[in-house]
Amino acid sequence: MKKIIFIAFVLFTLTASAQKMYQTRTGKIKFYSSTPVENIEAINTQVNSRITDNGQVAFILLIRGFVFKNALMQEHFNENYMDSEKYPKAGFTGMITDLKTIDFTKDGIYKTTVKGDLEIHGVKKNITAPATIEISGGKLSAKSVFKVTITDFGIKGNYIGEKIAKEIELTVDCKYE
Amino acid sequence: MKHILTTTMIVLFAISPFISNAQQPDLFAADSTNKTQTKITIATFKNTRLINGHSVETLGAGIMDFRIHHRFGFLNQGLYDFFGLDNATTFLGFDYGITNRLTVGISRSGYLKQMEGFAKYRLLRQSTGKVNMPVSVTFQASVINKTADITSSVTNLKYNSSEKTAYTYQFLIARKLSEGASLQIMPTLVHYNLAPNTTSSNDYYSLGFGGRQKISKRISINAEYYYQFNKIDNTYFNSLAVGVDIETGGHVFQLHFTNSTGMTEPTFIHETTGDWGKGEVHFGFNVSRVFVIKKPKEFRN
Repeated sequence: MKKIIFIAFVLFTLTASAQKMYQTRTGKIKFYSSTPVENIEAINTQVNSRITDNGQVAFILLIRGFVFKNALMQEHFNENYMDSEKYPKAGFTGMITDLKTIDFTKDGIYKTTVKGDLEIHGVKKNITAPATIEISGGKLSAKSVFKVTITDFGIKGNYIGEKIAKEIELTVDCKYE
Repeated sequence: MKHILTTTMIVLFAISPFISNAQQPDLFAADSTNKTQTKITIATFKNTRLINGHSVETLGAGIMDFRIHHRFGFLNQGLYDFFGLDNATTFLGFDYGITNRLTVGISRSGYLKQMEGFAKYRLLRQSTGKVNMPVSVTFQASVINKTADITSSVTNLKYNSSEKTAYTYQFLIARKLSEGASLQIMPTLVHYNLAPNTTSSNDYYSLGFGGRQKISKRISINAEYYYQFNKIDNTYFNSLAVGVDIETGGHVFQLHFTNSTGMTEPTFIHETTGDWGKGEVHFGFNVSRVFVIKKPKEFRN
């Protein structure tokens, strides 16, 4: 009897941990703000991200890791808009919504959507974003382009709506191991 | 009994994918890597200049800063000179960030027709986390040459170029105390190639004190004072300046009141003739505008 319980337990834990995890520490996330006055772009190339073949998706990055063309603008981004001293990180945790359409063992390009909580500036918001997952030779890469309204995240500043667009385009480009 | 167990097993298997799907587990829960990182303090001051003198701040790599400084006449000149606004001394400068730590610059100022060159290097950066550094330290060295004709009162001959050259060496030590408040001290040595008068020394020591307090995200109140340990002679006063920094995107405007006419270290630290008590105070401003000359590597491809 004890034996059976033990086997059941082992099998159960195995099933739960049998998920394969893909991860990267050098993922790229870019944001782009476009207004008639000025276009602003910044890149973070040290995004920490993990995806599992049971559909879990997670991203985490340091706000201070965003690099701008203009170092002064970068300082203002951290100091005046993102309060990165107070909110050093931004992140996302969510799930791939239509996991059945993706075969992690087979090479291919899969279009899907990801749903979950995006946390920026200490504010969590549920979002749904389109994503493209590419499996090639056992490696996974993921891309996504979506927009966020920055005022939804409690980000305030003089130039929002003028030099800084209210809606910012985010581009995710990660290659996982 | 056996039957119950088998059923339990089957149920467990059946629901296990749902258990892991139902919640959104934090895939980074086990990680603590981010905690061991060093967090470098940024924006101790809004600008590379506190008022007349340097702050610990250096420019980012590939950034050029075009600077215009103005000092109007003494306020006590009254309405005839429109409280000094009829007269102005100008300083034009170009600074460039070679690396994030090293900035060089050249300038011309109308006062005594000075040419100036400087280099400043950020030796230490205030940080918390893995590396805990309580202060930022920047070393600044500069050379000035007064190209104006200056005649010796003793020999009645014009000084040559070397005789009108002076050097400044200073350590800028600052701490950002909070999001809004920063303090800085500046031990300084000024060396004149030719002693300013026959009885005086070539080397002058001073200690500067400065600070800022932000009153909004974009505006701060600044003050700067240099105490002279030895003076050229007693007609010279210690330099005191108070002002505001207003930052508007790519520009920083610094508006201030100071008793110093010169805008280079030797001239404002040791050659200040204005007496605050007599209203010998200049209204002045610095305008700083940055340009991106070389993009960061993330944008090159």
